[in-house]
Amino acid sequence: MKIAVLLSRVRVEEKWLFEALDKRNIPYDRLDDREARFDLANPGPWRDYGVVLERSLSYGRGLYATHILNSWGIPTVNPSAVAATCGDKLATSAALQAAGVPQPNVRVAFTPEAALTVIEEMGYPVVLKPVIGSWGRLVSKVNDRESAEALLEHREVLGNYQQQIYYVQEYIHKPGRDIRAFVVGDETIAAIYRTSPHWITNTARGGVGSNCPVDADLHAICMAAARAVGGGVLAMDLFEDPERGLLINEVNHTMEFHSSVPATGVDIPGKIIDYTLAVGREHAGSNQAAAASVSTVARVGA
Amino acid sequence: MNAICPECEGTLQLDGVLAGEIIVCPDCGVDLEVTAVAPSVELALAPQEAEDWGE
Repeated sequence: MKIAVLLSRVRVEEKWLFEALDKRNIPYDRLDDREARFDLANPGPWRDYGVVLERSLSYGRGLYATHILNSWGIPTVNPSAVAATCGDKLATSAALQAAGVPQPNVRVAFTPEAALTVIEEMGYPVVLKPVIGSWGRLVSKVNDRESAEALLEHREVLGNYQQQIYYVQEYIHKPGRDIRAFVVGDETIAAIYRTSPHWITNTARGGVGSNCPVDADLHAICMAAARAVGGGVLAMDLFEDPERGLLINEVNHTMEFHSSVPATGVDIPGKIIDYTLAVGREHAGSNQAAAASVSTVARVGA
Repeated sequence: MNAICPECEGTLQLDGVLAGEIIVCPDCGVDLEVTAVAPSVELALAPQEAEDWGE
């Protein structure tokens, strides 16, 4: 089975994934999403791939590429539906809420006026987040009414319409750290604490990773969140609330792990590749079974 | 293998890089993308981070 890795840049993560593929003697193509082209009526060379591992930096490119591939019956890790849920914080929160997964309180409004009302009702501080975005970009802690008014005014004049979807999250007084846990299929394979004196603990913003033991509670909430968003290869961001315990903050569907491999000693890229290959094999197996079934029906009909 | 920074024309010593990899010019600090590795290493200014980039 040949696989494709769809990517934007070759980061450390992609180098490790290539090494894992080479180690397993799996033939693969590296596909730059800037050069990707699709004819919806003709999959053409895309049919050669048993599974596509999506590693685009661009949420939009990854989402639509996997959407097209899945529409052709080509499996992807992760599926487009999972990307659609995880790439949008509001969709993630709605999925978690529907599944009863513990998370910080979230409220939503569509105008600055309504957003200000929501913020005042929740009480300061709160966190204002863009529904699309990553690496802590434009995530803002709102401490008082003046800063709320200023932030909402700025958001109103930003060009992207999604900036006018006001996603307001309860501020969690976390203990100077959060947890990033890695889920592959039915396993919580590793987790790190991300420690920072700043309230944003993302490693892309300076948070320092250290090993976090995966206990039964962490595994249970991670599995519940994974099921809520559709499962696959996922990175859970969790808060430790002093009263409510673990809360899911966000779920990432094309995770980075360059600081987590050395911190945990877990072969995260190897596990991602093994899972991807399993998805491809399972899909090929179900196709063969369906073909055999059709063949049997045809023989009976004849 | 040597390559020239398209921003400052500084010389970079590069070994074992892959096409698509991002490196930083040690002279001027600009982000560079490796656009080719054969027959020679070629570099271009790396794309700017877009609003939907992330993990």
